[in-house]
Amino acid sequence: MTMLKTLAPYEFKSRDAVENYQGRQLLYVNWERHRMFSRPFVLAMKPETPFSAVLEEMAACFSYHPDWQHIDWDKAIWQNGNTPFTPDRNKSLKDNGIGHKDLIRFRTPGLDGIAGTGY
Amino acid sequence: MDMKVAKKLGLKERYALMTRDLAWDTTYQKMEDVFPQTTYEGIKIHDWDKWEDPFRLTMDAYWKYQSEKERKLYAILDGFNQNNGHLSVTDARYINVLKLFLGSTPPLELMAARGFSMMGRQMNGAGPRVACQMQAVDEYRHFQTQIHSISNYNKYYNGMDEFAHQQSRMWYLSDGKSFFDDAITAGPFEFMVAIGFAFEYVLTNILFVPFISGAAYNGDMAAMTVGFSAQSDEARHMTLGLECIKFMLEQDPDNLPIVQRWIDKWTWRGTRKLASVGMMMDYMLPKRIMSFKEAWEMYVEENGGALFKDLARYGITIPKCFSQTIEEKEHVSHQSWIGFYMKPQATPFHTWIPTPDEMDWLSEKYPNTFDQYYRPVLEFFDAQEKAGNRFDNKTAPMNCQVCVSTMKFNEPGDPMEMCFRESIYQGEKFHTCSDHCKEIFDNEPEKYVQTFISSHQVLQGNCEPDGVDVNAPDFKPGQDMLGYWKLDKRALGDFNGSEDQKNFAAWREQATKN
Amino acid sequence: MSNAFIAFQKNDESRCIVEAILEDNPNAMVDDQPSMVKIDVPNRLVIKRETVEEKIGRSFDLQELQLHLITISGHLDETDDEFTLSWNS
Ligand SMILES: [Fe+2]
Ligand SMILES: [Fe+2]
Ligand SMILES: [Zn+2]
Repeated sequence: MTMLKTLAPYEFKSRDAVENYQGRQLLYVNWERHRMFSRPFVLAMKPETPFSAVLEEMAACFSYHPDWQHIDWDKAIWQNGNTPFTPDRNKSLKDNGIGHKDLIRFRTPGLDGIAGTGY
Repeated sequence: MDMKVAKKLGLKERYALMTRDLAWDTTYQKMEDVFPQTTYEGIKIHDWDKWEDPFRLTMDAYWKYQSEKERKLYAILDGFNQNNGHLSVTDARYINVLKLFLGSTPPLELMAARGFSMMGRQMNGAGPRVACQMQAVDEYRHFQTQIHSISNYNKYYNGMDEFAHQQSRMWYLSDGKSFFDDAITAGPFEFMVAIGFAFEYVLTNILFVPFISGAAYNGDMAAMTVGFSAQSDEARHMTLGLECIKFMLEQDPDNLPIVQRWIDKWTWRGTRKLASVGMMMDYMLPKRIMSFKEAWEMYVEENGGALFKDLARYGITIPKCFSQTIEEKEHVSHQSWIGFYMKPQATPFHTWIPTPDEMDWLSEKYPNTFDQYYRPVLEFFDAQEKAGNRFDNKTAPMNCQVCVSTMKFNEPGDPMEMCFRESIYQGEKFHTCSDHCKEIFDNEPEKYVQTFISSHQVLQGNCEPDGVDVNAPDFKPGQDMLGYWKLDKRALGDFNGSEDQKNFAAWREQATKN
Repeated sequence: MSNAFIAFQKNDESRCIVEAILEDNPNAMVDDQPSMVKIDVPNRLVIKRETVEEKIGRSFDLQELQLHLITISGHLDETDDEFTLSWNS
């Protein structure tokens, strides 16, 4: 239950409601145990965008890390938020079950960052 | 001949005459109509006269001492500037800390001035009204003198001239802006806990005491004098915040749970705001007097701990976040520096990798964390930079919906894992950086759904420089962030190779030779 | 028991104030830092006008402390003769 107390009616829209993105939706991507990138990055994409486009963005950012070239893609573990899922690179975000403001957490077992520090 | 001269009035009498006795209750209008703000938060006050400023400072004494502080301050500033003081700082990296300070602090002083002007109007009692008005004037003075003292550096170094434009636009200034916006849009009592208690009592001690002492240690007399001059007012501000908390707790037992929730909330919001101060102390001061961790222990754990122990007699308990802040003091300054280092094209100040000596200092000060988690990646960055492949993460950040920090903190208990929390409100997902920010969101979602997150605003097409046609068919948002932020290109990038670095070396050379 | 503390900018007047504090608070601990000095006293720290006047060689109004103060910790009570910081716990 809200604890908000106000002197007058108080109704404001969410500043990041999906309708503010001209047909696109927000998506966050994090490579777990590779904290060199400090925080996840955010993209705005149409729900029809194929998941392969996300992979391209990931490569553009994450390939700076020496672990990138050692990834065994068959062993990668994907989560949408805290829920495991297996993305299909040829299917759209929507068909992969990815909605507005979802956070994709990408794990690469055995790769734990520079000198195993998580960075 | 001995003669008894009529003694001037004592402090207590003078204070009573010149504050409470000059106030009156309204009769043409009902008091509750004149002061509507002090009841709606649920705080019950029975006797406003119970609030007394323990400094017992009256307006006449206030003007007298403040004007003397200003005279001292400007005499030192003049001397510093006339003497080319900017060349006496340890090395040119130091100046970057001033750039960050200028962007982040004076605008918040101005917000404090606005907030306390409102408090000076909204509070019923004469005691708090007068103290709040004095504080409003103080905060305005801090805003002005900080800009004055740094303006001399602006004549020589890049990246300082657009701080006012950048305040509400730059990604990394959002956390401080959101802190004050949250406080000022709350009711007056919550504002007093947020600013009077959390900001003044906890934060300014770290920002203006060890950090400013560090500025002095690095030869910056301008920042030292302005910092200490401001902090001399803060002693009064802390007292006001503490008095307000005691006053609420003494007036009615029903106030306890409300005050406790605010203390929990604002201690945490203050902690998040301090992450960048930690990095200023540990990474940006070329000569260091104490680590952020040591400052945290002295001013937050001991000093804050003393306060919470004292308030226990009213039923106040230590804020829920306290144990997490103790764990995080070993990490946040390193995590912050990495977050800034990787964005060389998105701040008006330079970043760099600490020298081997400086890394050794960090190992010594952070024996539990630095070598284990942070040194290897910093050494990797260093090697990459030397090989001509300096790190530049071009992506836009994910931020916490409450504190608006980038989501860069670790899961409590596991420094290798990121911490993410989420809430669903009216069908939409909202992400927070911690249990404490999540709780703040869940308590008042109506408020935090409005948070301004700059990377999201960019993607909505709201962050374009003048002249960009957002309706053009080929419009892509966020293509000219430097233009939107008004970032001076000379101020970007690594410190190594910067114009500031070259100029400082050349001018110092000139200053010491014919 | 918690410490009450006070910190001053280092200058000629605060040097005398610190001397007075050390005289009136036998348990005081001095922490010398660049351009500032911090004094901690367990539970209760008092500054007495008379002692400061003795050290400084002139009459002294305790409100002049405002000019040199950097920070304080503890509940404050200020009268014409004493400036006290204390914790109740
Ligand atoms: Fe201030
Ligand atoms: Fe203040
Ligand atoms: Zn947060």
